Amino acid sequence: MAQVITDAQGVKRYLINLSVNGDTHTLMVKGNSLLVNVLREDLELTGTKKGCELGDCGSCTVLMDGKPVNSCMVLAVEAEGRAITTIEGVAPNDKLDKLQESFIDHAAIQCGYCTPGMILSGKALLTRNPHPTEEEVREAISGNLCRCTGYVNIVKAILAASEQE
Amino acid sequence: MSLDERITPEQAATQVGTASGENKEYSVIGKSVGRIDGRAKVTGQAKYTGDLKFPGMLYGKILTSPHAHARILSIDTSEAEKLPGVKAVITHKDVPSLKYGISPARWDENIFCIDKVLFVGDKVAAVAAVDEETVYKALKLIKVEYEVLPAVLDPLKAMDEGQAQLHEDYPRNLNTEIHQSFGDVDKALAEAYHVRTDYFVGQRAYQSPIEPHSAISVWEDDKLTVYSSTQSPHYFQYYIARQFGLPMGKVRVLKTHIGGGFGGKLEPTGLEFAGAVLAKLTGRPVKMFYDRHEMFAHNRGRHRQYMKLSTGVDQNGKILGVHADFVMDGGAYTSLGVASAYYAGALLTILYDFDNYKFDMYRVYTNLPACGAQRGHGHPQPRFAFESHLDNIAKDLGIDPIELRLRNARKANTVTPNDFKVESCALTEAIEKARDISNWKQKRSHRPQGRGIGIGLGAFVSGAGYPIYRTNLPHASAVIKVNEDGSSATLYTGAVDIGQGSDTILCQMAAEAMGYSFAKMQIISADTEAAPHDFGAYASRQTLMSGWAVKEAGEEIKAQLLNTAAGIMGYAVEELDCRDERIFVKDQPEISKSFAEVAKEFFVTQGPLVGKGSYTPPKLGGKFKGAAVGTSPAYSFAAQVTEVEVDEETGEVKIVEAWDVHDCGKVINPALLHAQVHGAFYMGMGEAVWEEVKFDDQGRILNSNLAEYRLPTALDMPKFHSELVDSYEPNAPWGVKEVGEGATTPTMGSISNAIFDAIGVRISSLPMSYEKVWRALKEKRKQQTT
Repeated sequence: MAQVITDAQGVKRYLINLSVNGDTHTLMVKGNSLLVNVLREDLELTGTKKGCELGDCGSCTVLMDGKPVNSCMVLAVEAEGRAITTIEGVAPNDKLDKLQESFIDHAAIQCGYCTPGMILSGKALLTRNPHPTEEEVREAISGNLCRCTGYVNIVKAILAASEQE
Repeated sequence: MSLDERITPEQAATQVGTASGENKEYSVIGKSVGRIDGRAKVTGQAKYTGDLKFPGMLYGKILTSPHAHARILSIDTSEAEKLPGVKAVITHKDVPSLKYGISPARWDENIFCIDKVLFVGDKVAAVAAVDEETVYKALKLIKVEYEVLPAVLDPLKAMDEGQAQLHEDYPRNLNTEIHQSFGDVDKALAEAYHVRTDYFVGQRAYQSPIEPHSAISVWEDDKLTVYSSTQSPHYFQYYIARQFGLPMGKVRVLKTHIGGGFGGKLEPTGLEFAGAVLAKLTGRPVKMFYDRHEMFAHNRGRHRQYMKLSTGVDQNGKILGVHADFVMDGGAYTSLGVASAYYAGALLTILYDFDNYKFDMYRVYTNLPACGAQRGHGHPQPRFAFESHLDNIAKDLGIDPIELRLRNARKANTVTPNDFKVESCALTEAIEKARDISNWKQKRSHRPQGRGIGIGLGAFVSGAGYPIYRTNLPHASAVIKVNEDGSSATLYTGAVDIGQGSDTILCQMAAEAMGYSFAKMQIISADTEAAPHDFGAYASRQTLMSGWAVKEAGEEIKAQLLNTAAGIMGYAVEELDCRDERIFVKDQPEISKSFAEVAKEFFVTQGPLVGKGSYTPPKLGGKFKGAAVGTSPAYSFAAQVTEVEVDEETGEVKIVEAWDVHDCGKVINPALLHAQVHGAFYMGMGEAVWEEVKFDDQGRILNSNLAEYRLPTALDMPKFHSELVDSYEPNAPWGVKEVGEGATTPTMGSISNAIFDAIGVRISSLPMSYEKVWRALKEKRKQQTT
């Protein structure tokens, strides 16, 4: 259980260890601090986007123990002890992941705002199901809204990456 | 650049690429190179305005009205000011009272409301504080006393006697009134073999870019810098400078990456004005932002149009005359609505060849969020109406809808009744190809229960012939600077990449014109200080207009290089050419020098190697009122076929498959082009079946989120085919035309006609929701049994 510090106004703050992209960060957060805000503001990992803050658009998708979650729907305190992967952790050594390469090769990017979330949802799918059907790909990214591409090339990019296995 | 310097269609005939876009004549254009910003976007390195931070930066938000129409009696900010962490609170008293807007014909907005609020979401005050949480708390502490007034929520009643008035200067809430007449419609309809009148109604739709709007204002001495999620830094710069009485040179507007716009980020939002004042007062950078609800409230999305169409045809279905009689719900302010209103009628003449046309339009004010320009600007709803109307006529006459369209399709080198000159036009080829690849004849004659197939056509301007405000500035300009050692070149342009890929294709164009390679190009775009002027991303203008400027700049680089190379190599300039980074003797290509080597020599002997270009369209259009709207150097054309399946028990509509065939001139980057078509179809499909902004009886939005404003997901998108027809536009660099907006115009019509084919009943209002389809089927069954 995280250590709690209460300030003069009676506001509680929790001392948590967050494991993000393999690094552990020790942070002081409020009970209502959202994971998305801690990632973006405290850790400056702005590759995780904010689109709606209601869990509708999926642009803040990160992986928690390998599963995609909307980080605007997760409290920072809930993320303690979980392995979090953001888009910055997908290609840690300057070498792109094959799914990132595939997004570029298949023109699956336009404005790019949904792209980090799409890639993480696609990554999670390919990890648990290396050879998905087209329908399974569509299902896996159905919580990630894209306003530019009609998903056509995103689906192609994920399927193409799966075929490289 | 003068017209006679441009290539003739005859010359072009030998250079035109294939439908796949591949062409051996060119080294860089016509190829699907990967996006120049691809790596930044897949790694999360791409920074959007909301991702930026500056030392000491404050956070700001705007307080908005909870009432659709109310008088402001008092505003008390004292409690908010006392909250620890609050650095400034401002109201109309702290900002210029000068009215602004994006359409100069109707400047009707203030930074903050002075006497009255005109819709739920109208801007009243703003706060800057140390963090987001404090900002939200402070907004709640501002006390505004209102006297609630009767509101106008029904656009069809807005002009009636006794209705509340929004703006004193516009009696009967009439914002824009248009009456245009070409030829003699009354006579044409009187003499027609068949005349049909239909009514259609559109809906309020919202662009819903996934990136919310934000703006960061920073003052350094008397210079203001605004980082903004904008489609046009130029218009923002112009309006911000005007509002604060600053020289344009003291206002720098730039964007970083932008997460989609679709027309919703074309005009200043209030975030820029309020942020500039808050930053000045506090002496600190201020980041202003909208949340998702505030985006819907700020709006500037698609107008709801009420459309009556009357068309007369002869026995063969040849269109003789059309009368379009429309009303448009503008919301509380003008926004770009004057242009939207003109576009609604102007572009109805573009697809089909007829001589007699009448257009009447009333754009009215209502106490709802202001509407503006959404992808296809004013045209998609009238196009939905007209394509549906035309299928009704086809059914009346017993003519196949594709056959009827082929009989009326516009041809190249024609002029519309409202004086738009159409040079390239491969519409007939596009219709025929869409018919063939969709297997139209087979599907139309053997359709299973609940299935239907429909066609819709579309078209759009490749850039507006005239800018939004009156100015003689060129529409586009560009500078290219080659690095001192020739190892890279940077394109500086005011063109704005909002995701459509203009940075990539403009670099392809630059490299082609220079004889350089795409891989060595870099770009600085959409920054009013670092890059030269361009009007930005709207009216589908950049490939053609920014492209002309870039081509000219690239050619200037090449000319200078060849001149230097001639001296070094001992040949006449005319004997040399440059391509793929090699300068070579045309008759003996083995004699060559590298681009880099000559570029370095140029720098050593003559200084920086810089090329520049600019583009102004020729004078276009007729002499009647509103003649400018809809003019363009070139028009794209498209045919789209959609197949649907309707569940006759539930009314559920499933889009099964769709085929789009486009005439968009020469293609610079086929992969990016087809991606535009995918996205445009997707957006049209959303508006066809699901998307609608809804209000309660107090003018409050009921579905200002992305779950209840139903954007299609990956599961809704059908199997999709995007194809091209060969085409070359003589008024464009390398023969290009637009694709981004035009591709969204045929979709609602093709889906409407597919549903009509499936169920035999016309759904005449948008969106064609499951409920409407279910009710229509129920009514049909009732009629069949009685």
